[in-house]
Amino acid sequence: MSTLALYSPVPSVLHRTPAGLKLAALAALSVLLFAVPQLPVASIALAAVVVLALAGARLTPRQLLAQLRPVWLWLAGLLVFHAIVTDLATGALAVIRLATLVLAAAVVTATSRVAELVAVIEWVCAPLRLLGVRPARIGLAIAMTLRFIPLIAERAERIREAQAARGATRPLFLSLVPLLVQVLQLAHTTAEALDARGADDEAPPRALWRRG
Amino acid sequence: MKTRDLAYVALFAAIVAVLGVIPPVAIPVIPVPITAQTLGVMLAGSVLGAKRGGLALLLFLAVVAVGAPVLSGGHGGLGVFVGPTAGYLYSWPIAAFVVGLLTQVFWRRFNLAYALIANVIGGIVVVYAVGIPFTSVYADVSLTTSFVGSLLFIPGDAVKALIAALVAVGVRRAYPVIELPARQPAAHR
Amino acid sequence: MARPWRRAAARPAEETAVRPRTAVELVDVSHTYGERTVLRDVSLVLAEHRVGVIGSNGSGKSTFARLLNGLVVPTSGRVLVDGLDTAADLRAVRRRVGFVFQDPDAQIVHPTVAEDVAFGLHNQRVPAAERAERVAEVLARYGLAGHADHPAHLLSGGQKQLLAIAGVLVMRPARVVFDEPTTLLDLANRRRVARVIEELEQDVVVVTHDLDLLTGFDRVLVVEDGRVVADGAPGETVDWYVARMT
Repeated sequence: MSTLALYSPVPSVLHRTPAGLKLAALAALSVLLFAVPQLPVASIALAAVVVLALAGARLTPRQLLAQLRPVWLWLAGLLVFHAIVTDLATGALAVIRLATLVLAAAVVTATSRVAELVAVIEWVCAPLRLLGVRPARIGLAIAMTLRFIPLIAERAERIREAQAARGATRPLFLSLVPLLVQVLQLAHTTAEALDARGADDEAPPRALWRRG
Repeated sequence: MKTRDLAYVALFAAIVAVLGVIPPVAIPVIPVPITAQTLGVMLAGSVLGAKRGGLALLLFLAVVAVGAPVLSGGHGGLGVFVGPTAGYLYSWPIAAFVVGLLTQVFWRRFNLAYALIANVIGGIVVVYAVGIPFTSVYADVSLTTSFVGSLLFIPGDAVKALIAALVAVGVRRAYPVIELPARQPAAHR
Repeated sequence: MARPWRRAAARPAEETAVRPRTAVELVDVSHTYGERTVLRDVSLVLAEHRVGVIGSNGSGKSTFARLLNGLVVPTSGRVLVDGLDTAADLRAVRRRVGFVFQDPDAQIVHPTVAEDVAFGLHNQRVPAAERAERVAEVLARYGLAGHADHPAHLLSGGQKQLLAIAGVLVMRPARVVFDEPTTLLDLANRRRVARVIEELEQDVVVVTHDLDLLTGFDRVLVVEDGRVVADGAPGETVDWYVARMT
């Protein structure tokens, strides 16, 4: 599977670290930060993550700052809110904790290939076998999702054009019904085409309580 | 799960992604822009039912997690799962499941009113019930503060629930996925 | 109903003794979707190298095509592919019969051209080395070798259909069913796909509205209202069909 925009192609130590390990560390970090709500702990964690990002993952400071862009307004607002309503220390802790986690998660994303992350997801979902889910099909489902995105956008545009050509002025959301019917049929045919190429060749695992 | 169900699940994960591309609408009077993505959450449940609707949103989150920038505003990656509003994200699969469950319960007598009930309960109440406490813990603010902050989104979400209900009724008439027989004609358009 | 001719090969399946070794056989096949009957009591043997199926929209020919590789299992009657029942031996049947659809967009799901072609081989558990070799070979044959690592959705419509065909042929089926393979293509690409079909060693069944595609075929069926109403050499049946439609 190809890589996506958030992946950093520069090789590094963290790129070679197994994705599962990185995700486990991320989870452990978030538990730690909430279990020990202390400003020094959070500050050390933030410093460690920044060092890891710059030295371990070889990200540039710019890439790192870009990761904070979606949340910085939120962080600023939170700090101001706490400074007024509670106190500055509480605000600082909340903001640092949040920034640390967002950056740590960004480091994992930037250093893990899509295929590796998909493999971890499949591994995590392995217990779902008991419910009749086939973890191996998650990769296929993700591929299908990425494939459907441009197709849906294209069909939406075509419907919009067809309605405009007939001088339609009705609200756009009414086009959602014909659009959904069209893409549901497309999905149906896609499933047939996959089955024709043996997508359901592997016998489904036996569900313990019901067949999936 | 049949390949067909897998394709429907992937389709709605993709629909939620496409709705994220629609630019946020600024509604006068409300200072917060609303995005169309939760409309996709409601539609997934309304059209696919509980199980497939919930799975569609889990799949969407998996696509976000592997780094696809499919969240509104081009966001993606693991950061959003630990961000301040991550609770709303986690609520989506549950929300789609609940909308789908209610839709299935109401299926025989389904109409605009029932569709609206399903989408308001699943698509608004559930989302807020998960998102508000999460943000409260996360940002270390009181539940009340978190609740008041989220009130800004209520008008937009109400509009989306209404749209979802209208669409759900229309799709039910044209292509009732929830009651499709095991083998449904494919190429008969 | 006018049924001007019937060839010997089109006889139903009673003549077990002379049945060809490789053939698709329909025995009293009917199919309904809910209350709607789309095929009624169809019995025939397809043993020719190239068979065309024509008929108006909604005549049942699309369902007919889907019967041949088990995408649709008939509500009554049996479909046998080289003696295998599509209801019982679905996987074995699918390995023998490839299927190419009308809309290439619905057939391509993987991000890159090579990955998509390899999909069927993955399902058949073909080892990686052989997989790569077969993918490269089939891409070269259809002029897609230079696109192996390209995003599949950026190909042109004609290239997408060739990719879909490559993705089926890489699995080396004994027989390929095409469901309106040229309907969405421009003239140049129609010709290209027509040539691909013409050059195939495999037996083919082509469902189409594109009557030119059937030139040189061994047999053409006309389906109407769920029944086979004409069956014979393409010259006769196609002319008869055109005359009826005009």
